[in-house]
Amino acid sequence: MMGFLTALPGAIAQGIIWGVMAIGVYITYRVLDLADLTVDGTLGTGGAVLVMCTIGGMDIRFAMVMAVLSGCLAGLATGIFHTFFGIPAILAGILTQLALYSVNLRILGNKANQTLSVMNYDLMISLRYIHKSIVIGAVFVVILIAVLYWFFGTEMGASVRATGSNAAMARANGINTDSRKILGLVISNGIVALAGALLAQYQGFADVNMGRGAIVIGLAAVIIGEVMFGKIFKNFALRLAAAVFGGIIYYIAITLVLRLGLNANDLKLFSALVVAFFLGIPYWKSKVLPKQKKA
Amino acid sequence: MLEIKDVHKTFNAGTINEKVALNGLNLTLNDGDYVTIIGGNGAGKSTMLNMITGVFPVDSGSILIDGEDITNLPEHKRAKYFGRVFQDPMTGTAADMQIEENMAIAARRGKARTLGFGIKKAEREEYKKLLATLDLGLEDRLTSKVGLLSGGQRQAITLLMATLQHPKLLLLDEHTAALDPKTAAKVLELSDKVIMENHLTALMVTHNMKDAIVHGNRLIMMHEGRVIYDVSGEVKKNLKVSDLLAKFEEVSGNEFANDRMMLS
Repeated sequence: MMGFLTALPGAIAQGIIWGVMAIGVYITYRVLDLADLTVDGTLGTGGAVLVMCTIGGMDIRFAMVMAVLSGCLAGLATGIFHTFFGIPAILAGILTQLALYSVNLRILGNKANQTLSVMNYDLMISLRYIHKSIVIGAVFVVILIAVLYWFFGTEMGASVRATGSNAAMARANGINTDSRKILGLVISNGIVALAGALLAQYQGFADVNMGRGAIVIGLAAVIIGEVMFGKIFKNFALRLAAAVFGGIIYYIAITLVLRLGLNANDLKLFSALVVAFFLGIPYWKSKVLPKQKKA
Repeated sequence: MLEIKDVHKTFNAGTINEKVALNGLNLTLNDGDYVTIIGGNGAGKSTMLNMITGVFPVDSGSILIDGEDITNLPEHKRAKYFGRVFQDPMTGTAADMQIEENMAIAARRGKARTLGFGIKKAEREEYKKLLATLDLGLEDRLTSKVGLLSGGQRQAITLLMATLQHPKLLLLDEHTAALDPKTAAKVLELSDKVIMENHLTALMVTHNMKDAIVHGNRLIMMHEGRVIYDVSGEVKKNLKVSDLLAKFEEVSGNEFANDRMMLS
């Protein structure tokens, strides 16, 4: 138990970083009503760009901006596949994700990974300074949620939400739903790349496989957040915060089961089952309580 | 103001499910016309409205509004001309968004959407007043999610939304068909009121022949993708349901011989 408690801050720090990623997933999965699998690639892209830019001598802040922009480009690619090529969103995301594997290897200088030691570079967060990392991560989360809350309250942001809620209604009111889907995917993947950039700093390296299964963790965070806080968090900003809390809870749970003796190699199997279970809850509820209206 | 010239549309062309939906459709609307449209299943009524609003492209023919050719304009670019209320009450509003958010989106139909606030304070007051005219108690529920409302409430809001930005043409596609009789009557009454007060040109598809006669100043009957009967003024006012039924049976029985006869 003591081991678990000492591991707790690390779990929270990681949970916050994946919470940022979960906010990106929330934009596509909940706001746009699209399952975007690009993010498995984008997370790695964000991490790779951050590491290479920093090693190349760029200021960490600019490196972060570059990472976000690279993620936006990935989202743009998926958006174009989806709208201009007419490819279903899931498949469009898978295509970009596959392409990004090659792209990420290129960015990493044709290596599977590149290290970025906090001893040599002035990083924002690192697992060597977990408490500081939690604070910085939390600041990122608060700023991010504030910006998104503002944006989705604007005329433009509202048109993105309308596109996700009812595309026919959106078009009838003169909204170009294709461009709004692209915009949503660009924003979402930019945020995921930001999470990748934070994660690469935190763990001290970028790996071409660092995003594998990221969508599942992001979904887990979103769903856990909704199941646990959905009843009380109605406001959009709070819903985003719930996704971050979901990420933290997920990592605490992972830390706990690892302490309890789960083989680390079985972690992805465990994650997938957890997500499947949580995804099933609303469905089972609707079966048992058929009269209840969806809020 | 609206001219539809020789429009053809076939769905699933070349397959076993081929369906000719519009077959040389011609129709000209005058400013201020309030036209009711009747016709059997598959007559092309909804297809016509969807074609006007650009939900799908036409095979041939052209659509002009106030002289401007909009045949090849994408749906969202033509939206500035049209207010729409759909058959399914779920279609006209965004369920996950608040009443006022839905209205604010409709109020910006045909305008550039900026990074300014999605709803301004003055708008809220205006929406409140407009909702109060519905007499459904919605004026106190501006921030309720539309998904929590009944079908009738959603249709009433959709109707308001369709006219927040003055449309050149209001399109009502069997917008009361999914409602209970009492609510349907209310929404229909509201439609009349909105059309009168705003001096709108309107097309209303209905399955109810009595409604088709009572409402509007002009009535058209469609059959197999064409207008086969078009009356207005006194003649229309004096129509009886039995007259329409007779026409309807004539065309369904022996269509080609009768088309010409009925137009005379």
